[in-house]
Amino acid sequence: MKKTGSQIFVESLKMEGVDTIFCYPGGATLNITDALSQSPEIRQIVVRHEQGAVHASDGYARATGKVGVCLVTSGPGATNTVTGIATAYMDSIPIVVFTCQVTTMLIGNDAFQEADIVGITRPCTKHNYLVKDVKDLARIIKEAFYIAKSGRPGPVLVDIPKDVSAQSCDFKYPEKVFIRSYQPTYIGHAGQIKRAVKLILSSKRPILFTGGGIISSGASQELIKLAEKLSLPVTNTLMGLGGFPGNHRQFLGMLGMHGTYAANMAITHSDAIIAIGARFDDRATGNTEEFAPHAQIIHVDIDPTSISKSIKVYIPIVGDSKNVIKKMLEFIDAEKDSLKDYKEGIKDWLGQIESWKKDYPLTYAKNGKLKPQYVIERIYALTKGDAIISTEVGQNQMWTAQFYKFHKPRTILTSGGLGTMGYGFPAAIGAQVAFPDRLVIDIAGDGSIQMNIQELATAVQFNLPVKVVILNNGFLGMVRQWQELFYGKRYTWTHMNYAPDFVKLAQAYNAVGYRIEKEEDVDRILKEAFANKRPTFIDVHVDPEEGVYPMVPAGAALRDMLLV
Amino acid sequence: MRHIISVLVENEFGVLSRVAGLFSGRGFNIESLCVAETLDPTISTMTIVTSGNDTIIEQILKQLNKLINVIKVTDFREMDYVSREMVLVKVNAEEKKREEVLRMVEIFRGKIIDVSPKTYTLLITGDEDKIKAFLELLKPIGIKELVRTGPVAIARGEKVIKIREKQSKGGEDG
Ligand SMILES: Cc1ncc(C[n+]2csc(CCOP(=O)(O)OP(=O)(O)O)c2C)c(N)n1
Ligand SMILES: [Mg+2]
Repeated sequence: MKKTGSQIFVESLKMEGVDTIFCYPGGATLNITDALSQSPEIRQIVVRHEQGAVHASDGYARATGKVGVCLVTSGPGATNTVTGIATAYMDSIPIVVFTCQVTTMLIGNDAFQEADIVGITRPCTKHNYLVKDVKDLARIIKEAFYIAKSGRPGPVLVDIPKDVSAQSCDFKYPEKVFIRSYQPTYIGHAGQIKRAVKLILSSKRPILFTGGGIISSGASQELIKLAEKLSLPVTNTLMGLGGFPGNHRQFLGMLGMHGTYAANMAITHSDAIIAIGARFDDRATGNTEEFAPHAQIIHVDIDPTSISKSIKVYIPIVGDSKNVIKKMLEFIDAEKDSLKDYKEGIKDWLGQIESWKKDYPLTYAKNGKLKPQYVIERIYALTKGDAIISTEVGQNQMWTAQFYKFHKPRTILTSGGLGTMGYGFPAAIGAQVAFPDRLVIDIAGDGSIQMNIQELATAVQFNLPVKVVILNNGFLGMVRQWQELFYGKRYTWTHMNYAPDFVKLAQAYNAVGYRIEKEEDVDRILKEAFANKRPTFIDVHVDPEEGVYPMVPAGAALRDMLLV
Repeated sequence: MRHIISVLVENEFGVLSRVAGLFSGRGFNIESLCVAETLDPTISTMTIVTSGNDTIIEQILKQLNKLINVIKVTDFREMDYVSREMVLVKVNAEEKKREEVLRMVEIFRGKIIDVSPKTYTLLITGDEDKIKAFLELLKPIGIKELVRTGPVAIARGEKVIKIREKQSKGGEDG
């Protein structure tokens, strides 16, 4: 049956099970926009800035595990997506970004609203396509979704010229994808896994170090089994939070620049690290030369380029985290005899870790002022760890990672790799669209929230009761903290004292606004705010010069932490 | 250390810029790059000369493999291979130099492919050492211009770099 490119687009999305797209129109989208108007099955969330559309689809993807989808116009619409795409790329989030393009004939002519978006996004997409012929459209969409979600997930961009969306051809959605040059490895090498198990069982100071790969592979349950079976202490990267329950007694908290004392010390003194789905980012490792000097490292990752990139690995295992952990568990069961000796052998180590945890817990100075950490502790207590939390970037993000205990995967949405201010609010909107009945909270900074604040109109329009808790310190706090520590307290550019009145601003958008200035108001107002069913800003005036600690200065070894 | 890497890619537009962009974006260096279609017109070979320590080369190989359009990556260091490069050189060929140029072309089994009253244009093929030696000897005579293709390489003997497609292990397909 013949269909136009726009109809093919819509039908293909339905075949992929897409129920929501985040979009923004323009001249080049019109054919598709019109076709979508006939398809109420696909919910169309119209944002206020294309960056918001990409972050929202990213938030939707992180919260659900499905592929997030957005659609924007050519030229400026397309270039506005770049930050969102780079954010998803760094964190391996499966999204498909559809950009529209000028008519094929005009490509290369500096036509009105033309941008070479395929060229621009080549280094920040997993793959991208320019559809030159309507006959290729269905296949390309099929491939785009497959590439986005398979292997190490990531963003894929598909650029559709306006004439392609108008032309017609026979439509049949391909049932299968075959890309001869792209065949990810899911099953780890059994011999390597066996070696890894032997290494762990002969270690005295082992530790599990996990990242976002646990979340994307859905390996959380397997990870818990592995940790419990071998009594392993567990630390996470920022991206790994929620992959192992934050309230589990074997959990040490996050490691790295703002990691816990116990996690950083345990990594430093370990003799065997089982790294799973973590890519040894510099914020996690500190100085790589001095990272875990006594440890033999086992590294499980689906992406071979992550292995031995920054840290030399002793046993590399390319494969999907869940598959590999399952296999590890099988091999461990076959090693019953060594298990007893192993457990005996790590007793001292576990004792040592307990005392690190006890002697240097996460804490903050209580000096009568309203502390941001306290606010997060209360959010955790009031939500019982059951909310979906997004963050902006900066101190707000690190305090959230430290003081909110994430119990489950896909409950933290945060820009880890790129550190994109302005990510959290649209991401929360995306998650709220997917889960209308859950409590979704963006923990924001007064600086970051201003980077995509326009999306408040989107939240109001689509009845998305997202809560934004602004930890308002009047500063670009994280940068200020570096100036405090390393630039003689010269707070150049980092004052935010011209911020708007966020309560009035929320009201101007027809949303709800609250302000909190005293500790005793925190619980009452948060409860009220969380109970209401409308988009809500909660402007919390916190101690302006509070810092994030512990802190490993950039380039220092993990053990060299500045403490509170 | 200098490596010659052969990359079999889908013969599609944009693939060259993906490969070149990977090198520039990640700070890897390209000494030379040579691209052309293979026996199978849907596939091209890129022969890339690069250098770096083992960690860098390992990353280059893995990153190339990770590109969706790349079918196969081979580092010729892992096998016996032969490589050849072609060079066109325009040299000074005034009266008194001609004899010498002719003699050298003969010794190196090159060719003169264009002649003008004052210049000869020479063609020579060979491996790295031969070309280096040839150019050294020409220098005193006066090289006016030089164009090189960069090397291409192939495994020695019966070994063939097959287009065996990347194998998925496990995983659901689309
Ligand atoms: C788009 C973007 N621009 C600049 C930065 C650099 N940066 C990192 S943290 C930060 C301060 C964020 O301020 P705020 O949102 O108020 O958070 P706080 O640290 O005060 O909690 C800045 C400017 C960034 N991460 N992202
Ligand atoms: Mg701030």
